[in-house]
Amino acid sequence: MADKRCSPDEAVTRLKSGMTIGIGGWGARRKPMSLIRALLRTDIDDLTIASFGGPDVGMLCAAGKVAKVVFAFVSLDAIPLEPHFRAARQSGTVAAEEYDEGQFLLALQAAAWRVPFLPTRVGLGSDVMAHNPRLGTVTSPFPSPDGSAAEELVAVPALELDAALVHYNVGDARGNAAYTGPDPYFDDLMLEAASTGGRIVSVENVVPTAELRSTAGCEHRLRVNRLMVDAVVEAPNGAHPTSCDPDYGTDEAAVAAYAATAKSPDAWQAYRDAWLTLPDEAAYQSAVQAKGAVAR
Amino acid sequence: MSEQTIHRADVCAVALAEIFRGDGEILANPIGTTPMIGGRLARATFEPELMMTDSEATLIADDRAYGWGDDKVVETWNPYRRMFDLLWGGRRHVVMTPVQIDPFGNMNFAAIGGTVDRPKVQLLGFRGGPGNTISHTTSYWVPKHSAKTFVETVDVVCGVGYDRAAALNPASARFHEIRRVVTDLCVLDFATEDHRMRLASVHPGVSVGAVVEATGFELVLPEPVPVTRLPTDDELRLMNEVIDPEGRRHAEVADP
Repeated sequence: MADKRCSPDEAVTRLKSGMTIGIGGWGARRKPMSLIRALLRTDIDDLTIASFGGPDVGMLCAAGKVAKVVFAFVSLDAIPLEPHFRAARQSGTVAAEEYDEGQFLLALQAAAWRVPFLPTRVGLGSDVMAHNPRLGTVTSPFPSPDGSAAEELVAVPALELDAALVHYNVGDARGNAAYTGPDPYFDDLMLEAASTGGRIVSVENVVPTAELRSTAGCEHRLRVNRLMVDAVVEAPNGAHPTSCDPDYGTDEAAVAAYAATAKSPDAWQAYRDAWLTLPDEAAYQSAVQAKGAVAR
Repeated sequence: MSEQTIHRADVCAVALAEIFRGDGEILANPIGTTPMIGGRLARATFEPELMMTDSEATLIADDRAYGWGDDKVVETWNPYRRMFDLLWGGRRHVVMTPVQIDPFGNMNFAAIGGTVDRPKVQLLGFRGGPGNTISHTTSYWVPKHSAKTFVETVDVVCGVGYDRAAALNPASARFHEIRRVVTDLCVLDFATEDHRMRLASVHPGVSVGAVVEATGFELVLPEPVPVTRLPTDDELRLMNEVIDPEGRRHAEVADP
């Protein structure tokens, strides 16, 4: 059985400039931050980032890695608007492909099911249709229930990803993985919408396959199977500073400190030097521990 | 009559509860501090079949509006993915907070000014605005009524208003309903022939002129304008003792 384990830095060698990359999690929750940090250590850029966005999007924008963001929202939860993302949008340096969040789900689902689009009422009458020219319309081949003209629906095109980065609580070396928190988010869809070769899962904890179900707590949580995964990264505290319930909550102080650096290029550069240009993930985690020790 | 002091936030919470009257067994999904308190008040009194969220991944039976512990009474699991099943199926009434809203209920919280490629102010994004408004009943909560929020034309239509819905194929728009807009000053609805926004009631102590002045477009004014009802003693007790014991609604809406 293939052992798919590798380091964060080895995992991101699968990525290339110009790719469309899906990032799992939601807002400031269960973001694959160890993989984002590894990506920030490379010279890869010109990326299209698709995300239920949080600090992943903001950091990559601030670091100049992003050509386009595919999004329905970008938020730090406790801080409702992501300041680095806003700065990038307001300076016109990052393009947008905007969706309603349900359309975003359908775009990933269409890619996962290998159909060109999925139909929905979502978007009709709103400006998302004008903002995002990829969205189309399609006329139902069936009569409307009241006998009136057939319904026109929105056709949400498949959002095909070159790669997907997601973080789970527990997994095995083969690429099976589970979430043990309250919400699966859309991570499994991200993996299913992504091309073979680019599907990277980081986990808090790698266990033998025989212990996976008992560690997860029940089989319903085994959301990801090895058909969906090319690389496995063991990254304890790897979602930091975002949450990874029930293992840990959001490090609100760290998120606030990051957010505050959007005020000036110097502040951002200082944050980058202190936290994002360390040699590897182990160095980052040591720095987090040292900072926590000082705080205590 | 009550011997307890009645605050503006109490009136707002009751007005927010009233938007759910008659909804029956659906998900009441009021987003925000006072809306969540109002929704819980509706369920604790006249609309007992409502289901409500914990703002995370479960629907819970607790009357308290926040601060639940491990003993919260979970009715079901409702992660984000399930929310779309629920909302596209239509058994939901959401309350959102606009950054801008126009006379026909078109709503914006995505961006202000500039262009699509370079907004002057990037806000949240479309979020769930398009899907919510085309799929089921929507109401709005505006904690600070002002002409910056109530504008003749919104910069980006995130939530679909009545004029936009009327331009669609009737079958496509058949689930669209903007029921009410509740603010710190008044209650507004769209119960007019062309669904132009109407002043449904002013909160006690608020003049019609004050609402007109704080609104950036012409409102339809009934004659006379009714006054929003006061909370009952039972409603006040529920809010103060059970639903919002920390009085968080008063932090959102101060007395004039």
